[in-house]
Amino acid sequence: MAASSAVPLLLRAAAASCHRLLSASRVAANRSPSRFFHASAPARLSSEDKVTVHFITRDGDKLTAQGKVGDSLLDVVVDNNLDIDGFGACEGTLACSTCHLIFEDHIFEKLDAITDEELDMLDLAYGLTETSRLGCQICLQKSMNNMVVRVPETVADVRQSIDIGKNP
Amino acid sequence: MVSGFRFSCAALRMGRGGGILCWKRASAFRFLVSSGSPTGIKRLLSTDELGPRICIVGSGPAGFYTAQHLLKHHRLAEVDIYEKLPVPFGLVRFGVAPDHPEVKNVINTFTQTARSDRCSYYGNVTVGKDITVKELQKAYHAVILSYGAEDNRTLGIPGEDLAGVYTARAFVGWYNGLPENRDLKPDLSSETAVILGHGNVALDVARILLSPLEILRKTDITEDSLAVLARSKVKRVRLIGRRGPLQAAFTIKELREMINLPSVRPLLDPADFKGLGDAIRDVPRPRRRLTELMVKTALEEPGEEVAGRWASASREWSLKFLRSPLEVLPATDGKRARAIRMAVTRLEGSGETAKAVPTGEVEDVLCGLILSSIGYRSLPVDPAVPFDSKQGIIPNSSGRVLGAPGLYCSGWVKRGPVGVIITTMNDSFDTAQSVLEDLQSGALDVSKAKGGFELVRSVLKSRGICPVSFSDWEKIDAAEMARGKLGGKPREKIVDPQEMLQLIGR
Repeated sequence: MAASSAVPLLLRAAAASCHRLLSASRVAANRSPSRFFHASAPARLSSEDKVTVHFITRDGDKLTAQGKVGDSLLDVVVDNNLDIDGFGACEGTLACSTCHLIFEDHIFEKLDAITDEELDMLDLAYGLTETSRLGCQICLQKSMNNMVVRVPETVADVRQSIDIGKNP
Repeated sequence: MVSGFRFSCAALRMGRGGGILCWKRASAFRFLVSSGSPTGIKRLLSTDELGPRICIVGSGPAGFYTAQHLLKHHRLAEVDIYEKLPVPFGLVRFGVAPDHPEVKNVINTFTQTARSDRCSYYGNVTVGKDITVKELQKAYHAVILSYGAEDNRTLGIPGEDLAGVYTARAFVGWYNGLPENRDLKPDLSSETAVILGHGNVALDVARILLSPLEILRKTDITEDSLAVLARSKVKRVRLIGRRGPLQAAFTIKELREMINLPSVRPLLDPADFKGLGDAIRDVPRPRRRLTELMVKTALEEPGEEVAGRWASASREWSLKFLRSPLEVLPATDGKRARAIRMAVTRLEGSGETAKAVPTGEVEDVLCGLILSSIGYRSLPVDPAVPFDSKQGIIPNSSGRVLGAPGLYCSGWVKRGPVGVIITTMNDSFDTAQSVLEDLQSGALDVSKAKGGFELVRSVLKSRGICPVSFSDWEKIDAAEMARGKLGGKPREKIVDPQEMLQLIGR
């Protein structure tokens, strides 16, 4: 069972997400990054509420992005348009395992307890490790600032990734 | 319950405002759509630079994930997706159970792909009939077959054709509004239903048969199916498998759903699960956790609340192991199924590869409704394409069709009809990767311009075929959602292709 202390955090996450959902729809019309709207929104967005996360991609690249306390790691990937193939296919509804991420030991130990439903989906994840979780279920906390999460390899990624015709 | 809250929190985020907001959310994180050059300019540029023209046969998850990967990793590739039905998304629309709307969120990303200015959708075109694969190969540099598994394996036993016996595939197609199954109208007057098979489709069918109507009513299940289910007499569903609990093919999420289904009680025979604890100590985690859940449900006393819920349940389901179907026995009228005769089996070997062999003992199970859920099956699409009819797949290496340069395959027709959405996603990325490698190495010759859809259009026109575009589909989509809204559900599917075509002015 997850500790009941997780509830207020999740409530905040829900509130933040709803806010983000609204801004995302405006952003789509304006073709500007969603970060922009967050930056112009109320006090909650002051820099001390920002948490920096480093994602190590399948190719070994480091993508660094920021999110707000209470945002899920899926939110961070979405809001920052991070280029991770196939991430978050079911959009955070615990119906797939495409947002699987691997955590550092010291962070993993402090994460909220995992639910059976998340474990069930992790069972189907590729490259499962002892410190795997689903990014949609992990909400940012101040203590996670500068944490490093790794995107697991998939079968296809054993091969070298190819981008044709892309400007470097 | 925190877990419950997480679900509802996600549902709130995704469900609010229906399709438009959902799609816009998806658009915020899908980088597929090109960097903002107006439509048209891209096409001009690409004819200058000779981008590869690729077509995909089938618009299910395999087709769309393959397209997504190609478009994303090749700046000039143009991808056309052909679909037999007027409407896209294959098994996401016609296979995923109506009470699993979360899985259907993948449609938001597929829609994003289809709206890319380098991607086109052509529905209502049956490859192999309206146009051959050879003709497609003339029009495109590469042809990718992602048409899935449209048939099912058959039992091959006497009585299989009696009234009351259905394939799970047809039953699923029926409740999901698949045009070819819209007139199935299954007879649900039997109190006992037997489902042959222990996979996720078997559990989907069991769940639809047993779920309280008020749950189904809020889904996109078809109105006709709902009316038939409302009159259903089915009270107990027996899921029967040839092998044992350690060989069950369903996944834990689906099993847990069955165990937690409101007004329904699981009946697991403790004898089937005693002593399994030792056997699973060293098996991979998914198998271990799945077995643990069955063992717990079968052997442990439920808590007070659960026990009360199960005691007052009006319907039930059970798992029966080590039984192989021999014959469907007719009622006295000779037309209807009355029972199914099963061979009792034992396992030879152990683990995933254990084989069921008959012991010689036979057992009859009385039931008027039998659904066989023993697997889907791919069919050959065109004599020009190699096909391994034993395995039911197109022989391939990482998606490259063997002995057929320029031909590729992805999804179920590539690896067989198993796996969840992430399996098909990875598999499709794998095939797309092969195409990209072949483009880079020159194995795929793109030096000559190809006619693409312009060429296909003239062929189709001469045969009286008029394709359905993605914007046509969006009109059908909007009409379905509007009809659903009237009935308090997310969507009311149109099940008649003629009606779909009329709706878009054909």
